[in-house]
Amino acid sequence: MRSFTYARAGSAADAVGRAGATGMAFVAGGTNLLDLMKADVLRPEGLVDISRLPLDRIEETADGGLRLGALARNADTAYDDRVQTRYPMLSMAILAGASAQLRNMATNGGNLLQRTRCYYFYDTATPCNKREPGSGCGAIGGVNRIHAILGASDRCIAVHPSDLCVALAALDAVVQVTGPEGERSIPFAEFHRLPGDRPEIDTTLQPGDLVTSIDLPAKGFAEHSTYLKIRDRASYAFALVSVAAGLEMDGGTVREARLALGGVAHKPWRDPEAEAALVGKPATPDSFRAAARVLLRDAKGHEHNSFKIDLAERAIVRALTDAAERKGAPRP
Amino acid sequence: MAQLNASLRPAPAPPPEPIPVTLNVNGVERTLHLAPWTTLLDALRLHLDLTGTKKGCDHGQCGACTVLVDGRRINACLTLAAMQDGRKVTTIEGLTTGDSLHPLQEAFIEHDAFQCGYCTPGQICSAAGLIAEGKATTDDEIRELMSGNLCRCGAYPNIVAAIRQAMAIAGPKAEGAP
Repeated sequence: MRSFTYARAGSAADAVGRAGATGMAFVAGGTNLLDLMKADVLRPEGLVDISRLPLDRIEETADGGLRLGALARNADTAYDDRVQTRYPMLSMAILAGASAQLRNMATNGGNLLQRTRCYYFYDTATPCNKREPGSGCGAIGGVNRIHAILGASDRCIAVHPSDLCVALAALDAVVQVTGPEGERSIPFAEFHRLPGDRPEIDTTLQPGDLVTSIDLPAKGFAEHSTYLKIRDRASYAFALVSVAAGLEMDGGTVREARLALGGVAHKPWRDPEAEAALVGKPATPDSFRAAARVLLRDAKGHEHNSFKIDLAERAIVRALTDAAERKGAPRP
Repeated sequence: MAQLNASLRPAPAPPPEPIPVTLNVNGVERTLHLAPWTTLLDALRLHLDLTGTKKGCDHGQCGACTVLVDGRRINACLTLAAMQDGRKVTTIEGLTTGDSLHPLQEAFIEHDAFQCGYCTPGQICSAAGLIAEGKATTDDEIRELMSGNLCRCGAYPNIVAAIRQAMAIAGPKAEGAP
């Protein structure tokens, strides 16, 4: 790693103040940041350690939801009784990601801010518009098996790597932020952005912003939900395609549907039209396939990743089927 | 060529002051003065001569550097020593009691759960964390929750058998375990 300074923040306000200087970065779990610093992809001049700020609680909210502290560890969140009971798809999603050691280190806020695992982003010998704006995209016309099929641009076809975020998108979570301008709430759908012509910017956070919590609304789709992750090996691999699915059922008919996909775009992918296409329909593979085709109507493959379009369709059908059949019980 | 380029660069900024870091390592309080970028792994191996903890990939992918911090298993390569100031670190060297091996160490020997042995300290520390967590009850769950520890010799079946045996000795989840 390159040389950098280290300071521990005494409070959230102190952290935000210190982050105002150029070249500073927050560190909490460190699992992605230190990896990227070793790879020379990120070169902060100083780290502000926020890991000991009192933002690690999981608490009830006034409206019947749950507030996940930004510094609560992924493992503690996944194994929290309230999360497992009321938001099983979230627990499943977290436990589908990384390893036990990493989940013990990584924080919820950090998970939102992790960077893509695009090979070209990591390889400083290759062009990458996300790492070095204007240098080009190695993945377009290169090796692009793991890349985006939705929402990509001619500058970047990277995907967001998180599992947790896919479930948070499906659940309509809200990200609470404090920053130089004060506090604000960011609906999850607006937290991550598409690459467009600024692929170096992953989120709508401003410099100095600190994520303090992620709030879950009361509705957790606990009765009919699941998280399905398709990957190249059975464990400890990023998703080729993943699906967070939640249904509200009226007998055999879908009353409300939530559907979010991971591994297919620069952000967790939600499509209101696909969800609307499920409402009032019988919970059958035909209904689910029709909704999948709505969601994938603009999907575009590259040389090595076109298989993801078919894979996503089948994964959606399977996840919705499992959710309807109540197979999405949290793992022990 | 490299020398020529180096001579054209501006002089590097002076390194930051070393940071005092106190760790309780295997029951012994140790205070070090470390550059900010010293990982916990490098602090253990290079500054405390505890070379039982291995550096495999140094990127959190292989698990060879697994240690327990305040009783929880983590990758020592992906955290800075300064971030762990004041914490209790247990390495493979700290699992023994006097001359008695830890039940996991006994079980790994009994089941021949290694070949080259490089991943073994990480496997054993990870398994100690797994048993304390109390989430795995079946072989499949052991495999899933040990997936952060790679063994390129492929001793996995024997590793699972060794952990299963040690888990039976440890009994059901201890009260208050994480």
